[in-house]
Amino acid sequence: MTPWVLVLAGAGLVAALVTPWRWRSVAVGTLAVAMGVASLVAGLRATGGTGDTLQISTQVADLTYAPTPLGGLFVALVAAVGIGAAVYGTGSARGAGASRTQWAAFVVFWVGLAAVPAAADVVAFLVAWEVMAGASAVLVLADHADPVTGASVRSAGTWYAVLTHMSFVAVAAGFAVLAAEAGTTDLAGIAQAGVTGRTADLAFCLLILGFATKAGLVPLHVWLPKVYPVTPPHAAVLLSVAPKAGLYGMIVVVWTLMPDGPRWWALVLVALGAVSAVAGIVQASVTTVLARLLAYSTAENLGLMVLALGLAALYREAGMQEAAHVALVACLLLALGHATFKSVAFAAAGSVRQATGETDLDRLGGLATTMPWTAAAFGLAALGGAALPVTGSFVAEWMLLQSLLAGGYGDEPVVAVTAPLALGVIALTAGLALMTFVKAYGIGFLARPRGNQAHGEAPVVARVAMVLGGLVVVGLGMVAGPVAERVARVVDATGIATTGTGGVELTGLGATLSPVALTVLGALVTLPVLAVTVALAERVPRTTGDAWGCGQVRDSARTQYTATSYAEPLTRVFDDAVRATRDVQVEHADGSPYVVERVRFTQHIGDVVEERLYRPVVRAADRAADAARRVQNGSLQRYLGFALVALVVVLVVVS
Amino acid sequence: MSAVAAVLVQLCVVVAAAPGVAGVTRTVRARAEGRVGAGVLQPYRDLRKLFAKRPVQATGTSAVTLLAPVLLIASSMVVAALVPVVTTLALPEIPGDLFVVVSVLLVGSVAVALLGLDAGSAFGGMGSSRHMMIAALVEPTVLVAVLALSVPVGSSALGQIVAARLDHPTTIASPGGLLAVAALVVVVVAETGRLPVDNPATHLELTMVHEAMVLEASGRDLAWIELASWLRLTVLLALVANLLAPWGVATGAGVVALVVAVVAVVAKIAVLAAGLGAVEVALAKLRLFRVPELLAGSFVLAFLAVTAAYLV
Repeated sequence: MTPWVLVLAGAGLVAALVTPWRWRSVAVGTLAVAMGVASLVAGLRATGGTGDTLQISTQVADLTYAPTPLGGLFVALVAAVGIGAAVYGTGSARGAGASRTQWAAFVVFWVGLAAVPAAADVVAFLVAWEVMAGASAVLVLADHADPVTGASVRSAGTWYAVLTHMSFVAVAAGFAVLAAEAGTTDLAGIAQAGVTGRTADLAFCLLILGFATKAGLVPLHVWLPKVYPVTPPHAAVLLSVAPKAGLYGMIVVVWTLMPDGPRWWALVLVALGAVSAVAGIVQASVTTVLARLLAYSTAENLGLMVLALGLAALYREAGMQEAAHVALVACLLLALGHATFKSVAFAAAGSVRQATGETDLDRLGGLATTMPWTAAAFGLAALGGAALPVTGSFVAEWMLLQSLLAGGYGDEPVVAVTAPLALGVIALTAGLALMTFVKAYGIGFLARPRGNQAHGEAPVVARVAMVLGGLVVVGLGMVAGPVAERVARVVDATGIATTGTGGVELTGLGATLSPVALTVLGALVTLPVLAVTVALAERVPRTTGDAWGCGQVRDSARTQYTATSYAEPLTRVFDDAVRATRDVQVEHADGSPYVVERVRFTQHIGDVVEERLYRPVVRAADRAADAARRVQNGSLQRYLGFALVALVVVLVVVS
Repeated sequence: MSAVAAVLVQLCVVVAAAPGVAGVTRTVRARAEGRVGAGVLQPYRDLRKLFAKRPVQATGTSAVTLLAPVLLIASSMVVAALVPVVTTLALPEIPGDLFVVVSVLLVGSVAVALLGLDAGSAFGGMGSSRHMMIAALVEPTVLVAVLALSVPVGSSALGQIVAARLDHPTTIASPGGLLAVAALVVVVVAETGRLPVDNPATHLELTMVHEAMVLEASGRDLAWIELASWLRLTVLLALVANLLAPWGVATGAGVVALVVAVVAVVAKIAVLAAGLGAVEVALAKLRLFRVPELLAGSFVLAFLAVTAAYLV
């Protein structure tokens, strides 16, 4: 890391605190972009192995920030998303989201997030982690005083703060175990010490618990769907990359720090990833609030990444080097793809919220005509979310599938059973993701408005940021070869090369994918179709008329399918996992049992994990706290009595 | 260059044959039901009629209504170029990877699902929702069947899979190979909207899946959509035919080999299309919520196929 990042961050912080509100977003946004560029350069230099070291000496400890090539990749990733978030925020930040505190927290959070993958020793890592956790809690609480949404904001803030600090405790404990065993706090030193056995198992469990919470893996995902819908849009964009810090931690644990872990570690990761992927996308497919849907999709995507990481560890342990490398690179490419499309999607969802004052897809619709730029950006992001050709996620998923194919050639029974099961999980996830994003785009942006109309498009700067981000989603897929090769070099993976027109070749597995060639083929076959269409259009131009709808029954926009009805088949198929509660009230006209005046249908879909796993724990904690409160009645005599008893106990123990 | 020429021939043959496949299926079905039927050439006449008609676009629709039919036909044509129908030769840099073929098919599915939503009518949304549910639940079977077919060959490139089956015909009758094809048949039925998953001849909107999505399309838009769905049916039938009986498919680009391959594949597809029509007479459409059970059954078949492929 270069000191420039810190200098510019300091400047941004000062600007956030002193600039008057009229210029605040522009001033801080510009400085934040400058900081982002500095940290992007630092990250990219580090991926090439020529990173800079930044040493901060304090009286307690020396903090060293010197990103490894892998860390550099994540620094660059955070910087790229951050630049987008800052530009978008310059245009879109308003209200409580543009306050002094919020812009200051934005800058501090970003610095913390960028410093986590740059940290070279445990203390530096934990300091950065805590800075990130604290500042992001402030970002979440922006609208805490809002009369309408305030309560849900405060609740989300509490959940987030509690879970993120549990994550900190677990990570700190895990690193403490490792550092004590290795006798050093230096990450490279710990890796050299080669910790194994029971200690390593304990450290693995603690670290994975902590990192999985940050990554939002099911069942530790409960903060995701609460936090994203209430965070100011530009902060949500930056926050959308925060789970990658958890992923980075997991990769460091199983790939760098303890590469000789037993097989069950890999299987734990595979199982965790598989559960998270399926549970996340099932919830996303039935939810109707746009930002909640995207948050659950984050749980799904992080699940896929951890699944890929687990497979990589499994293959490596089974001695299948090529497949292991392909799976690991697929994991990192999934992270790149997800970071781009999810940040654009959150930006578009935020713009929709600002323009319509509505978050529920059931009351949206027709935004493609009122907000064409936002619709285009969300459409490109949705392509990435559904992993359709030729986005970056598509290439990443293809590589993951190819590595599974290679899993079939080995003669390890465990691998041979895991590979097809993992494939089934990935396929189901991909299918449901497709439906989820078709629903999000088709219900929200197409058809006719179901309720609140948009009062205009997003601000110009925000629009530009979103559309450029959307182009990156597709661009990442088009330059698949060079990107994959660079990522492979970061983790010293072999067997991945660029071929022909920027395609990927997996030399070890004998598979090739060239998105450019595929696009050219698509364009070539479209040419005759377009020629015929244009020629016919000149002869018989199209006319417009009322939609037919089987007898022109389309009089009211409320007869359209909504997000709830769109997902109804899935709600039925996955009823055991979703547990929707429905309430149908029928009012009859004039007491006649045959003539119905109105039908009111309400459906509530909660989070099964939250209701079954967390609520009982929270209730038990509440009861315990109530019981403990009885001991403290405010009477001075009682406290003196406690002190006396404590003194006696101490004396007895000491003597 | 020879591979490009061979693929071009294949593309032209498939596009020209696609309406005929629909015609054969319908005629066989009509005869089996004791009707005369409109004849094998009726789909061609339908296309000519639709291309000449004036398309009516619903007010308030977006660019999706204009783009979706073109995207659907283009994606179907890309699939027709990638799947080994006439030749196992692959285009340079695009080896006809099965995972890619599945994704390109999905592009078309998404295009038509969005088309169903765009006009804002209740039936369009209904069809779109059902279509996407089936597409989502078919996906695991598709990919696991792909795995089962790929593992013995060591590659997911379709051309290589068919060529390997041509070289070692015994693998076709292996338990793994047969189970995988059986699973694939269920997939083809679901993907192309045939009985018992969807009834392409239905006139009752409430039971429609694919037809409900395209209710608002007319004129050349409808022509492209119809052609694309026939194209998908043809290509997938040809794929099943070439997996079960790869003989005749051209492994080189010689003129004689190509002519033989075209004749062979047309004969194979005609047999399968007639068989499809005959089988459909005896089938009733499944209730929508029984379809997941069918798909779960086909997933089990595909999974067994993979396990068998590992064991053998």
